[in-house]
Amino acid sequence: MLKDITIGQYFPGSSLIHRLDPRFKIIILFIYILMLFAGDSFICLGVGAVFTVFAILLSRIPMKMFLKSLKPLLPVLLLTALMNLFFVTSGDVIFKWKFIKITSEAVSISIFMFVRITLLIMGSSLLTYTTSPITLTDAIERLLSPLKKLKMPVHELAMMMSIALRFIPTLFEETEKIMSAQKARGAEIDSGSLTARAKNMVSILVPLFISSFRRADELATAMECRCYRGGEGRTRLRQLKSAPRDYIALTITLMFYICNLIVGKL
Amino acid sequence: MAILETQQLTYVYSEGTPFQKTAVDNVNLKIDEGEMVGVMGHTGSGKSTLIQHFNGLLRPTSGKILLDGEDIWADKKKIRDVRFKVGLVFQYPEYQIFEETVYKDIAFGPKNMGLDEAEIKRRILETANDLGLKEELLQRSPFELSGGQKRRVAIAGVMAMNPRVLILDEPTAGLDPAGRDKILGHIKKYHERTKNTILIVSHSMEDIAGFADKILVMNKSKLFCYDETEKVFARAEELSAIGLDVPQITKVFMKLKAQGLDFGKDVYTMEYAKNLLLKKLSERGGA
Repeated sequence: MLKDITIGQYFPGSSLIHRLDPRFKIIILFIYILMLFAGDSFICLGVGAVFTVFAILLSRIPMKMFLKSLKPLLPVLLLTALMNLFFVTSGDVIFKWKFIKITSEAVSISIFMFVRITLLIMGSSLLTYTTSPITLTDAIERLLSPLKKLKMPVHELAMMMSIALRFIPTLFEETEKIMSAQKARGAEIDSGSLTARAKNMVSILVPLFISSFRRADELATAMECRCYRGGEGRTRLRQLKSAPRDYIALTITLMFYICNLIVGKL
Repeated sequence: MAILETQQLTYVYSEGTPFQKTAVDNVNLKIDEGEMVGVMGHTGSGKSTLIQHFNGLLRPTSGKILLDGEDIWADKKKIRDVRFKVGLVFQYPEYQIFEETVYKDIAFGPKNMGLDEAEIKRRILETANDLGLKEELLQRSPFELSGGQKRRVAIAGVMAMNPRVLILDEPTAGLDPAGRDKILGHIKKYHERTKNTILIVSHSMEDIAGFADKILVMNKSKLFCYDETEKVFARAEELSAIGLDVPQITKVFMKLKAQGLDFGKDVYTMEYAKNLLLKKLSERGGA
């Protein structure tokens, strides 16, 4: 159940994609998303798909992990596809039963949406799979730093994000542990009636909240003990440096984007 | 008659991902009814994974677990009954407490078993007594108790289910020596009253040496040995080679033996050592 969730997980490695500057990776992801949403023909999506497969192969992370990242979102994907299937009314009717009408356009739109969102999730997963949470938040902080001029607490936001990301796996682990402990006491969590399950959620949520608050408290104390006072005057251990490969990657992405635009205009 | 038995038990974590790891590798063992078993092993040796198989929290990748000679996974729907027969107390069990009173928290397990109020009450009073929890404590909130008391409340929560096999994963972790002795004493008391089979996971040899009939040692996902306490401690050198240590007192007596003072049997508890020495001294005095 919980172990299916791979969002935010990082697979250490040293592939080209792993070594790219995280700031460039975020920008590339942004262009990638634009690319997916700019075109509305299957050929445009094809260009996106080629780009995705190309990047995944370069990352040397097994394709299986990307399919796994889709698993928890499958209901959302299917719902989107079904909504489009039933509510798009233009085009030729190819199937009719009572009040349900399915048109040829509805079929193609729902497939299109399904593929588009699938690619979107895979692309975003690639970013988190190949970038450690710490470098990711570093990069976000750097990219958002112009907003500091507008009095935006950029450093604080980035710190909050990195703490949140850092504790996702811990929280999952903790939930799993508490679930096992309550299951050992005969709580019905995976089995049993819906009401029994809902009741048993209390036995998991209460300990989880208590330990989260305790952990937050401990972390705050630990940070204060090390004289943490926010971002002002703070230097970093790892400086982000861009290399030629980052510019090459960006150029290739832009080429794909332009290619996508041209194909869309045809 | 063995109450718990494993046959070629193997468990692989995260199979098919880069994090794949065999945590339990082909373990065969038989645990007899009424025994007190100490489970030892280095961190990451697979002992915690192994014990989670005994009550069906983990399903083996291959191999079988038999409870009373029956495969616990034969009928998936009956796995909950297995959990009532084999109680498991996790490490730092106080973090699983959630009810508003101590009484209600201990009652959670028995209630899940479908027992009636009178029986639940009887069991709670009994286990509270075993664990030295005073009656007036039962109506207090568990969150205002001390760490040691919370630990005992959590253990009581599993004991009250009166499982035929009780497994405790490091019940003394993070406690001071006084708290440790107290908990171990309570467990012993419970064992004497119920005669149930008990498995205790522990890092500390001294803890286990005092009262385990048998010792199970895990090393690198494999069963290193499972034998009577004295026979296991007799293999002191092998144990220290895999990063475990025999009790201090055993080491002292091994040194004595090396210097020519042989007491015949292996010594692993203070009490036994004291009696042996006193006997030896009085023999000399008489001579």
